[in-house]
Amino acid sequence: MEKRFVYADNAATTKVSKEVLDAMYPYFTEEYGNASSIYGLGRNSKKAIEASREKVAKAIGAEPSEIYFTSCGSESDNWAIRGTCQRLKAKGKNHIITSVFEHHAILHTCQALEKEGYEVTYLPVSPLGFVNPDDVKNAIREDTAIVSIMYSNNEIGTIQPIAEIGAVCREKGVIFHTDAVQAVGNVEIDVKAQNIDLLSLSGHKIHAQKGIGAIYVRKGLALPNLIFGGAQERSKRAGTENVPAIVGLGTAIEIATADIKSKNEKVTAMRNRLIDGILQLPRTRLNGDREKRLAGNCNISIEGVEGESLLLMLDMNGICASSGSACTSGSLDPSHVLLALGLKHEVAHGSLRLSISAETTDEDIDYILEVVPNIVNRLRDMSPLWEHIIKGESFN
Amino acid sequence: MLYSDKVFDHFSNPRNVGEIEDADGVGEVGNAKCGDIMKMYIKVDAGIITDVKFKTFGCGAAVATSSMATELIKGKSIDDALKLTNKAVVEALDGLPAVKLHCSVLAEQAIKSALADYYTRQGIDPLPIVGEIKECDHCHE
Repeated sequence: MEKRFVYADNAATTKVSKEVLDAMYPYFTEEYGNASSIYGLGRNSKKAIEASREKVAKAIGAEPSEIYFTSCGSESDNWAIRGTCQRLKAKGKNHIITSVFEHHAILHTCQALEKEGYEVTYLPVSPLGFVNPDDVKNAIREDTAIVSIMYSNNEIGTIQPIAEIGAVCREKGVIFHTDAVQAVGNVEIDVKAQNIDLLSLSGHKIHAQKGIGAIYVRKGLALPNLIFGGAQERSKRAGTENVPAIVGLGTAIEIATADIKSKNEKVTAMRNRLIDGILQLPRTRLNGDREKRLAGNCNISIEGVEGESLLLMLDMNGICASSGSACTSGSLDPSHVLLALGLKHEVAHGSLRLSISAETTDEDIDYILEVVPNIVNRLRDMSPLWEHIIKGESFN
Repeated sequence: MLYSDKVFDHFSNPRNVGEIEDADGVGEVGNAKCGDIMKMYIKVDAGIITDVKFKTFGCGAAVATSSMATELIKGKSIDDALKLTNKAVVEALDGLPAVKLHCSVLAEQAIKSALADYYTRQGIDPLPIVGEIKECDHCHE
């Protein structure tokens, strides 16, 4: 098969779609006014922001007044946790509940708060990649300020029992935050029905640009500022509004949530073909539950090969993917998500995440399924670890 | 992660990959937990390393350093091979990212480990000649 370019790393970021870019364009060239200005040019920007706010709210079942634009998902996460902790400090609440496999925007915020005297409970996840709502219930204490559990995991795509966790938190009167950066546009979200108090989302995972995010803050809930300054976002989040990016996010989220069901049917079929095809290789395993996962997520451990080598070879063949190996994480340990599932280090080092989107084609899947086995066989041929594995030898 | 062109060259076309069935010395270093294992095979004739082959499980830098290390010792004397430092391997590859420097240490150790095996097979204690083969520091963190 002829070499082609296949982007299979949509969980990392996505291409800005033409519709999104077209919607943004006038706000660079014609409608460049500052939304705080009194004249028409400024008012047009303000109107565009409010129209976008309505779209974001609608996408998750919220009111427009419950949406604040931020610079990214990480900012939303930081704001949700820090703001809530700060507000409840006076009430003596200094305990946080989260899970071991959250995104680093949550984990590192929690670790920073531990240094400031907060206590954090990191709930385990099941081997298939789920947080148990009963664990949440049992971990809640008198002094618990917030529970933060991601909607769906960024590496293995497992979709958490958010409604159940939301119900537990509401019953116990504890604030519930969810990092829904990977879920928005891929899963039906209803913040009211699911008892979500705070939700983080990001634009660049759903074909908007990088550098735009939003947070949903349930009506009546006070969230102290993270960023101080001007009166933008009803004085809750200072900084001149990034109007084109906000318009882009509104457009992108409207498109992404327009028909999640039929989009997912198409993407899931391609994803399943990918999973089944790669699992035909010996000594491979799917990471995370097969059914309750994001439609586009395929995460497979391939024994005897190391993730970075795999990615470099895929790249040479035009395929963009990602891995949970230590070498690609920039640290010396493999992915904390895969280790949380109970995978051994050497199995986690050989993980491959392919995340496809509605733009992926059947031909792309055919191509991946042709290239991956060739590369795996080539790497295994030169791998002393593979030699040990097939001989059934023990190794360090 | 930015690799030099030479690293890419040695990763995509590694030299001396494979095994030597009747090797005079075989060494294996690293461990699966850390994500790097290197196995080195050498053939020695009258103090000269006449052939060398390697197998590596590891990242791009691990494969490239193995490949470069074999090129640097092939046809050289044992004495020269023993003098090969990880720094020389890194320089020959036009540098490595800081987080990947430990891979070059592994390549140096793989050669020493194969030479130690060679001496052991000759009935000679390798320790005074080859020295101690230490495991990579980060494996013990």
